Amino acid sequence: MRQFTRILEGFGSTLLLLIKSMSYLPTLPRQFHRFIEQCYLIGYTTLPIVAILSFFIGSVLALQAGYAMQNFGAKQFIGTLVGLSMARELGPVMVAILLAGRVGSAITAELASMKVYQEIDALETMNIPPARILVMPRLVAVLVMVPVLTIIADLVGWFGGAIVCKYTSFIAIDPPAYFSALRRFMTFEDVLNGLIKAEAFGFAVVLVCCNIGLNTRGGPREIGASVTRAVVTSLITILVLDYFVTKALM
Amino acid sequence: MANPDPFTTRNPFTDVESPAVSVTIEDLSKSFGTVEVLKHISFKVEPGEIFVLMGPSGSGKSVLIKHIVALEQPTAGRVTIDGRDAADQATREKVRIALVFQAGALFNSMSVYDNLALYLREHRIANEAGIREKVMRALQILSLEGAVKKFPSELSGGMKKRVAIARALVMEPQLMLYDEPTSELDPVMGATISEIIATLKDDYHVTSIVVSHDRDLALSISDRVGILMGGELIFIGPPSELRHPKDPRVDDFLNPRIDLKNPRFKKLET
Repeated sequence: MRQFTRILEGFGSTLLLLIKSMSYLPTLPRQFHRFIEQCYLIGYTTLPIVAILSFFIGSVLALQAGYAMQNFGAKQFIGTLVGLSMARELGPVMVAILLAGRVGSAITAELASMKVYQEIDALETMNIPPARILVMPRLVAVLVMVPVLTIIADLVGWFGGAIVCKYTSFIAIDPPAYFSALRRFMTFEDVLNGLIKAEAFGFAVVLVCCNIGLNTRGGPREIGASVTRAVVTSLITILVLDYFVTKALM
Repeated sequence: MANPDPFTTRNPFTDVESPAVSVTIEDLSKSFGTVEVLKHISFKVEPGEIFVLMGPSGSGKSVLIKHIVALEQPTAGRVTIDGRDAADQATREKVRIALVFQAGALFNSMSVYDNLALYLREHRIANEAGIREKVMRALQILSLEGAVKKFPSELSGGMKKRVAIARALVMEPQLMLYDEPTSELDPVMGATISEIIATLKDDYHVTSIVVSHDRDLALSISDRVGILMGGELIFIGPPSELRHPKDPRVDDFLNPRIDLKNPRFKKLET
């Protein structure tokens, strides 16, 4: 029962933070430097790890598909499988999980330490709402950067699949044939659905991590506990949202 | 230049006059779960006064001061600033209240300059040239011009306290709250901070509430002293009354005798 109350409290405080942060949206133009800084942290610094992981996810997907499909002569559809999987599911989910682990944990650690060392209290006594300068620019930045990261993840994943298809002896499919299969059964809607999912995941991750950071109480030990809780909550949120958003988009 | 009206703050930056405020604590109680930290506290701090709140660790001093800036909400009773409820957002918008935190609470990711400029920028009080002028003036008052580009991690404890006071000062406050301003400082730096608090009161007539353990500070710069013990206010009066306190609890707190034959910690164990 106590656990259930805590979940409801967390949900309520996250929702309140969302409403409060969005009410400060008109102040974005004069906080443009903060928005750009967050775009850099969320987008640019996450890009290398997104590219590396999506390359190997695309590669492994092609390898497994080739191994399984060679037995019943369906190798020509590997491009379709890799293309759809990356665009509709793996690209958005992988970007969101990386955001939770890399960006979300850093956000929670920063805000939690600001809370523990009374910097958040100092902002409040100065009548500067933390939601305005610490949360809103991050939420807008994630909305702008997540589609970019997801498109790059999709492209690099497809490319990884193409490389594996060409250089693996038991698959041996040339890139033109691979990309032709990829294009044949894939529509713009598939990519768009993936982008919508990624937006929902990224936004939820940043919101959850900000809320947990700002609600940290206690000393330095609680900063670590908050980071763990933020990452675990983000991962659960991503997977729960994944089901519901996928169903809604079908 | 002396200020003609003792209850008016002459702002150090704009030379604009704004009234110092009174603070009234009415029957304030605060509980965390089953623990009652503050029990029916009532007192009033007059405009332009330096009121020092003393008491042993854990007696509820910092919790009380947090009620004045609405960082805590009372379980019962209320806090008013010039008759306005301290918990109202409108009060915080109308009355400029600055709190100097015990550990400074400086923004670690910002330089000293940006720490001071943040309030002015966020409230769009001046353009960048005006902000620079106000920040440099505050740093000059506290002899911190050399620290302008430093980050909080590069400052000593005393400098951090002075930067925190300077940051409060740029807010042009009508009410200054200090939470343990001389703790963790050497005696000379403690005296310097006490002098700064008294000077700010004398020059700008800011109402000041100081939470402190520091007996020297209380006796030398306060107009009145309150002593909080176990969540109750057991003494309130001028510092002169503390030289020969009648209440044995106050006497024991202010003049503790070291008794090696019958040590206190052994009494605490039983």
